[in-house]
Amino acid sequence: MKVAFTLNGHAAAWEGPPVTRLAAALRDDLGLIGTKIGCDAGDCGACTVRLDGRQVCACLVPMGQVAGHGVETVEGLAPNGRLATLQKSFLDHGAAQCGICTPGMLMAATDLLAREPSPSRRQVEDDGKIVEAVMAACTPAETVLPAAGAAVGARLARLDGVPKVTGRDLFGADAVPADALWIRVVRSPHARARFTLGDLGPLQARLAAVLTAADVPFNGYGIYPDIKDQPVLADGLVRYRGEAVLALVGARGEVLAIRDAEIPIAWTPEPPLYGIDAATASDAPLVQADKPRNLLLDGGVKRGDLDAFTGCDATAEGIFETAFVEHAYIEPEAGWARRVADRIEIHASTQTPYMDRDELASVMRLPPESVRIVPTACGGGFGGKLDLSVQPLIAIAAWKLGRPVALVYTRPESMAASTKRHPARIKARFGCDAAGKLVACDVSATFDTGAYASWGPTVANRVPIHAMGPYAMPNVRTWGEAFFTNGPPAGAFRGFGVPQAAIAHEAMIDVLADQLGIDRLEFRHRNALRAGDVTACGQTLDHSAGLAQCLEALRPHWRRALSDVAAFNARGDAWRRGVGIGCMWYGIGNTSMSNPSTMRVGLAADGTLTLYSGALDIGQGSNTIMTQIVADALGLPVGQFTLVTGDTDLTADAGKTSASRQTFVSGRAAESAGRDLRQKILRLANAGPDATLTLDGATLKVSDGGVVHTLDLAKVGSLMGEGTFDPPTTPLDADGQGIPYATYAFAAQIAIVEVDTELGTVKVLRMVAAHDVGKAINPTLVEGQIEGGIAQGLGLALMEEYLPGRTENLHDYLIPTIGDVPEIECLLIEDREPLGPSGAKGVGEPGLVPTAPAILGAIHHATGVRVHRVPVLPHRLREAILAQGAKR
Amino acid sequence: MGDYLRPTSLEEALGALIRPWTVLAGGTDFYPARVGRAIDDNLLDITAIAALRGISADAEGWRLGATTTWSELIETALPPLFDGLKQAAREVGGRQIQNAGTLAGNLCNASPAADGVPPLLALGAEIELAGRAGTRRLPLAAFITGNRRTVRAPGELLVAIHVPKPARPARSAFLKLGARRYLVISIAMAAATLEIEDGRVAAARIAVGACSAVAQRLAALEAALVGAALDPGIGDRVDAAHLAPLAPIDDVRASAAYRRDAVVTLLRRLLRSFS
Repeated sequence: MKVAFTLNGHAAAWEGPPVTRLAAALRDDLGLIGTKIGCDAGDCGACTVRLDGRQVCACLVPMGQVAGHGVETVEGLAPNGRLATLQKSFLDHGAAQCGICTPGMLMAATDLLAREPSPSRRQVEDDGKIVEAVMAACTPAETVLPAAGAAVGARLARLDGVPKVTGRDLFGADAVPADALWIRVVRSPHARARFTLGDLGPLQARLAAVLTAADVPFNGYGIYPDIKDQPVLADGLVRYRGEAVLALVGARGEVLAIRDAEIPIAWTPEPPLYGIDAATASDAPLVQADKPRNLLLDGGVKRGDLDAFTGCDATAEGIFETAFVEHAYIEPEAGWARRVADRIEIHASTQTPYMDRDELASVMRLPPESVRIVPTACGGGFGGKLDLSVQPLIAIAAWKLGRPVALVYTRPESMAASTKRHPARIKARFGCDAAGKLVACDVSATFDTGAYASWGPTVANRVPIHAMGPYAMPNVRTWGEAFFTNGPPAGAFRGFGVPQAAIAHEAMIDVLADQLGIDRLEFRHRNALRAGDVTACGQTLDHSAGLAQCLEALRPHWRRALSDVAAFNARGDAWRRGVGIGCMWYGIGNTSMSNPSTMRVGLAADGTLTLYSGALDIGQGSNTIMTQIVADALGLPVGQFTLVTGDTDLTADAGKTSASRQTFVSGRAAESAGRDLRQKILRLANAGPDATLTLDGATLKVSDGGVVHTLDLAKVGSLMGEGTFDPPTTPLDADGQGIPYATYAFAAQIAIVEVDTELGTVKVLRMVAAHDVGKAINPTLVEGQIEGGIAQGLGLALMEEYLPGRTENLHDYLIPTIGDVPEIECLLIEDREPLGPSGAKGVGEPGLVPTAPAILGAIHHATGVRVHRVPVLPHRLREAILAQGAKR
Repeated sequence: MGDYLRPTSLEEALGALIRPWTVLAGGTDFYPARVGRAIDDNLLDITAIAALRGISADAEGWRLGATTTWSELIETALPPLFDGLKQAAREVGGRQIQNAGTLAGNLCNASPAADGVPPLLALGAEIELAGRAGTRRLPLAAFITGNRRTVRAPGELLVAIHVPKPARPARSAFLKLGARRYLVISIAMAAATLEIEDGRVAAARIAVGACSAVAQRLAALEAALVGAALDPGIGDRVDAAHLAPLAPIDDVRASAAYRRDAVVTLLRRLLRSFS
């Protein structure tokens, strides 16, 4: 069918099947990749365009209905390259983070503003999918780039932001070569089954290839060098629903047209092991043949003597449970690969280029130098893109066939196949003296690590170190253990198990404070870890332990909230308000393991100044942060830098974007690289340390106390500065004693909630978040991380629960929308960390960790119900409220 | 690849229905059910048929064209009788969905959680089906017969929804309950239309959705409301025994017991909203 329509004000023609989704036609046929596909089901809004002026999901519009009508996409907002006011506003307010849903939000906001030029917050919420940018609620970022030496601490708009608000940023699915073949993965519908493959001949005859386990050179991968337990393609046995079994490779239409019935797999399902109890039963079958008792690993921290409990004046205990949680980044896993002579090149969305490189080299039995990772823009990761996804299949197929091969997960596929947050069962016991000083704690955290190890060891190791909370505690026993089940592989997810543990330790603190009649904030303040204190691992915190300052900053907000809530509750109706508080600490970087970053900054003979950063920006803003740091260290303005990021052929290893480490570790390396280049320049000019630099084309002027040295870079040749930083840690002994992290972030958050006690629903009205970040390199980006973390923490507390086969889409699996996210006030505490760049630490994960505890504490304050299981779905809370009423 | 037909007249559409077609309108249920696979349905796209669109009124009542979208409904000036249906329309997905999804699609998809069904039941709506042999009208309650089942024959199209004019001044209201504030599949919902005479309820139509395979009218509650004054006490007339027609289930959104409990609260609040 030929379709003539108007596209961004111009006549357009398209031809194809009329049932084709508008989103697909725009992207695949008309080259407008600004319209993003997050779900193809009308749930996420990333593909929002205007059809005759009304916003619609382009994934739900057949091209047959477009004929004769007008379509506007994000590309139409800035037709002459000049940003529209709204795009500018998004940029200035930090509304675009990773940018994957920014085009959709811009189009939805354009539609709203056409109807309501000055919308209220309620009107924005009613429109459903729009962020705060149009509300002017955030502090505007600076749009004039700061001068040399003034970058650190500035509210700089994201340096890579313009492509994000114009839809020109290229994500994993956005730049697939036209001649690429496509993969469709055939996945297991069973959580545990054996299978045999029938005759693949008929399929092979229709397609370019059908890949099986036999086509994978080394069919095992995994995060840890000694645990390569996850097959790229299952070999006769599947361990979770959604596991990859076959890869169909061919033209895109051909692989999609294969019907399930045409795929010859004979399944023999076996009863799956779901949950910790099933996995630890005495007669439980093994998930991994070489892992007795289904145990992945265990370990803990011991200090002092738990006999101290006998002397406690107050004790608390409880068991807390959490569910599988999905990352739900709006960009599903996507990428393409091509073979270039004897090398393989991967263009994919990732958080960790060098780890991908080494893992692919292992899977393909190639030397690491034969693998090149070229990361695309990453539309959200949250830990979920630290594991391989599309990469091994596209690499194997492209290597074998000698043609580019692409794979883009569907939303249900992304949800079924990818890793999840570990479900936890945490048994906690805490005791304190009559003055409210903590004396002892005993915490056992048991995790469901799913079918494969993934980052399970990281979670099980990190949690015992953090499980007592950010408090001085003389007598400690903490334990972490992880068991295999037939659930989805549980891996890395913002916080590595610490958010689950914080739910337990913060409930214990609340119970103790209430028992003794001590204000919950003051109880925490009394026990907060401070500089000079010794942790349960025996590490003395010499510097930068700002929890007490966070609590002091929150104190006036806390007192006001308590009195406001008391006044509200005097009404005595079904709606009850409560205030809760959560604290956390978080070790920055890997646990007791080397995790170095190397950064380079080059000044070319033509005067081009380039930061070569292997630190991947997955939306958190490291492209901007690294440039700010290196600019001040070198002494040239940020506006003069160009950025090369992620490509393993062009940048050095800056580790993973995980563990809140990039600002601290890679930032410190960037600072050293900038200083290194500065030193080289100063030596060439024979200038002193206080000299100022001016770069104009290939002319570099060095001004030193009134004397100006002029360097002609064309004659000097190119200069390179390099810096490496590896945070100093030591291994932990059998009792968990040692230095697991070089520094820690601290935070406290207050939640004010309203509970509908008759329906069990919870509305978070307001959050105040105080975070010790050492130094906010860019306060707008720091606040963006805190706000995003709070939204995700709210989801963990109130609505998110992944159930294999039942919540594999974004209408059955709920994540918070703008209507659920409260007003958020951020208070930034800067207790300088001497090791960090300009004193900075990390904030990526800390934003999320205290949120659920604060909300749960507020629910208890409102209702008297102590929640022991998240998410607190309405029926669970209502049941608990009724049970409590029956007890009284 | 299937066929695709987008007729501009009802006659042409009905003429095509001598063989099976999947009927397509707003696409908001069609496409989500076909993620990641080739679409090979034979499609009859009814969105170009002008006669199926728009809202009109006459002495008998109102005619809501089948392909009227939720947004068009919200934007049409209608009497307070339609307040409940409009409240439901505002809760159907986000604005994007309201701009595309149609009333008839919501009914023909026949989800137990269809937001349009309880308010239309409470309006006493009738369904007009057209076939080559002529048209027939039947009550909405007789149209949807089960989870994803209706009495629409393969050769028929739902062309309009008719809302009869009440004998007395009437108002309506709607309440939806979900685990998040917006864009959520209902755990439960309740709709009410009250005909009012001398400040008292002269007739009531109450319907509850997402608590049985098909949304149900609560006849016993409707009877119990007759004569009630429009004051906050009207909510107290709701009794758990009135919920007998409901058969809620446990699912990922909530438990059956919770639904029974929550519906009582929803109904009480809904009725108090009239006072």
